[in-house]
Amino acid sequence: MRMKTITLEIDGKEVKAEEGMTVLQSAKNAGIEIPTLCYHEKLEPYGACRFCLVEVTKGKKTRLVASCCYPVEEGLVVKTSTKRIIKNRKVLLELILPIAPTGAHKSLAEKYGVKESRFPLEPGEEPSYCTLCGLCVHYCDKIKKWNAVGFQGRGIDRKIVLMSGIGDQCIDCRECYDICDAGKFITLAEEF
Amino acid sequence: MPKLKSILDLENLRKEILSKIDPKKPCITICSGTGCQATGCEKVSDAFQEELKKQKLEEKVNIRKTGCHGFCEKGPIVVIYPDEICYLQVKPKDVPDIISQTIKEGKLIDYLLYIDPTTKEKIIHESEIPFYKNQKRLIFGNNRKIDPKSIEDYIALNGYSALAKALFNLTPEKVLEEVKEANLRGCGGGGFPTGRKWETTRNAPGEPKYVIVNCDEGDPGAYMDRSLMEGNPHSVLEGLIIGAYAIGSHEGFIYVRQEYPLAVENTEIAIQQAKDYGFIGENILGSGFNFMIKIHRGASAFVSGESSALMSAIEGKVGEPKSKYIHTAVKGLWDKPTCLNNVETWANVPFIINNGADWFKSMGTEGSKGTKIFSLVGKVNNTGLVEVPMGMTLREIIYNIGGGIPNNKKFKAVQTGGPSGGCIPEKFLDFPVDFDALSKLGSMMGSGGMIVMDEDTCMVDVAKYFTNFLADESCGKCIPCREGLKHMLRILNDITAGKGTEEDINRLEELAEVICDASLCALGQTAPNPVLSTLKYFRDEYEAHLKGVCPAKVCKELITYYIDPEKCQACGLCAKNCPTDAIYGEKKMVHVIDKEKCIKCGICFEICPDKFNAVSKISGDVIPLDVPKGTKIKPQKR
Repeated sequence: MRMKTITLEIDGKEVKAEEGMTVLQSAKNAGIEIPTLCYHEKLEPYGACRFCLVEVTKGKKTRLVASCCYPVEEGLVVKTSTKRIIKNRKVLLELILPIAPTGAHKSLAEKYGVKESRFPLEPGEEPSYCTLCGLCVHYCDKIKKWNAVGFQGRGIDRKIVLMSGIGDQCIDCRECYDICDAGKFITLAEEF
Repeated sequence: MPKLKSILDLENLRKEILSKIDPKKPCITICSGTGCQATGCEKVSDAFQEELKKQKLEEKVNIRKTGCHGFCEKGPIVVIYPDEICYLQVKPKDVPDIISQTIKEGKLIDYLLYIDPTTKEKIIHESEIPFYKNQKRLIFGNNRKIDPKSIEDYIALNGYSALAKALFNLTPEKVLEEVKEANLRGCGGGGFPTGRKWETTRNAPGEPKYVIVNCDEGDPGAYMDRSLMEGNPHSVLEGLIIGAYAIGSHEGFIYVRQEYPLAVENTEIAIQQAKDYGFIGENILGSGFNFMIKIHRGASAFVSGESSALMSAIEGKVGEPKSKYIHTAVKGLWDKPTCLNNVETWANVPFIINNGADWFKSMGTEGSKGTKIFSLVGKVNNTGLVEVPMGMTLREIIYNIGGGIPNNKKFKAVQTGGPSGGCIPEKFLDFPVDFDALSKLGSMMGSGGMIVMDEDTCMVDVAKYFTNFLADESCGKCIPCREGLKHMLRILNDITAGKGTEEDINRLEELAEVICDASLCALGQTAPNPVLSTLKYFRDEYEAHLKGVCPAKVCKELITYYIDPEKCQACGLCAKNCPTDAIYGEKKMVHVIDKEKCIKCGICFEICPDKFNAVSKISGDVIPLDVPKGTKIKPQKR
């Protein structure tokens, strides 16, 4: 069965997409860049980093959505870098830079002119080098089928852990090292 | 009990049950909801049973342990029928008197009656107590009349007649139309039109379709869903089965938190009874409609009340919200169309089916129909669960039902909508309470929490309390909610410690905006409401804190306790009770607080006798110098 073609507008440009695609995928295909941290082509969208927020307008209603999860719709009008979006991304950057000072988001911070964060670490608090993007967890689960990495804790206590009994046996693969660009796995591996 | 196989079977059973009820036979009803359990209703019911046995009255008097009556503050509540004599705060030692005087001789026991605090009048009947008189108890009304563990009690009160009517007299489409026409809106917080939600699931492609009862109530101080699930579980089941029939679902779940053991127990019993009687299972009442219900016990996370998180939890995964742009009504549990409604919403359904949409629409406001149950708590004389028609004003709820603010204190604000709601100041007390009016004020209906605050409440401290709750309950999946709330809380900690700056307020506002905009689920998107609404209505309190003053004298870091040497009579109570030995004083000598040792627990302030009133809290004003040790007191004339 042939997929239905959908026409939408992204940043003023007419874009054709297949039904079932997300706004992020169709933007990528059209050469329009939307920043992401927790998105990976091989994985289901997770929608946690919120960097890929875009403004979508359908009829009279405009709202902010995560483009990695939002499905394309006929006649949808998408804007990827309005003032409101940029402001959100800048604050998000300010929130994660102190805890994860390295990684792809650093160049994004440069692009947006975010030099210093108004939300610094507390005295005695160490950077975690982790944005909790979940790529390592989902990659190990869905692609490697190892389930050696997981989340632990809730809210501000949430962290990445190697699962006991599995995590310490998986050091050969190291594919999560490549997938993580915030540096978490270097520090995690040191624990073992 | 043989299974009921037709509508006639049900009507015959109802007649049989009713024929066994002697309306003149005394019936002692004892509220056995969670509130009264806490105040000892079990011991009271045991005492009644023993006493009736002792006086050989077991055959002549019935005892019924009912669902929650709502006036929890005055529990344990005992109401004696047929005269509806209401006794409050009953203790086991009162029981022999109640039996020998009230039951045997028809005499009233004065000290157990409600006394109106304003008129000093004794009130005999439960329904005439102002707390009840000013309510409209529709959904909650049968709680006090039935034993929640008895399906026959429910059937006696016309229970399951709406289901029979739906199955035999109405098509699923007609049931759906009726609920749509009634304009019932989701009572769990969102206020989304229930009929539209049902229709979406009904029309969504994919089988099977699921229906779910959301009883993951987690707001601090709110317990209306709990009391309904505990007190009248069959009304929720009946609504759910009717909904399933309208939607075309044959499988339902009831998500109850594990910390609600009585709700779990009563729901389990109710489901088993409904199965035995033929209201759940194959070929319900011979209609050909099949429906099964399972209970899922939730593991206490507040965020699991969010629909996609709740469904993940039922699927056996961690209860975390998903970034969903396709409604769960279309793609929910195991990616199948799923209709999730709150306990109270489902419980409305049998009433709408029995009485019609027009009757339902006759109650409420333009946009919000029917009634709403609120949990009225905080600085209010009558705390408990109240049910009122939509559109009643906040003032009527707080003053006419709640009996106003205790100790002649001044009202400051009412917080509605649970932790993500907002604080509404006095100038809006005459606003009608409905979904739209509360949103307009920067708060929300939420699930129906209503916390009253008086002049001794610090609004920055309140914002801090709720932000702390939400930061703690955030699942931590998305950055704005996890990191944003963490920093909001840090800023609020600084402000309440007197370390805040003007820039901190700007940062708070900016974070609030981003958390609302960018968060993944409704928990995050509404989490800044406590801060935003207090900044909107009580900005002066924030500004005072920046100057080192807590106007309500709550924030520890900004207050100092001081003993007035003119007033201290050296009674020694404060020194004796101070946990850190921070008060120095001897007989007939003025007592003095050592500010280095003082941990500002406030015990001295509370314990200083009213007739002396020597201890004061100071915030912002100049703290007078302490008198030298050994200063003699100035004896007061008495």
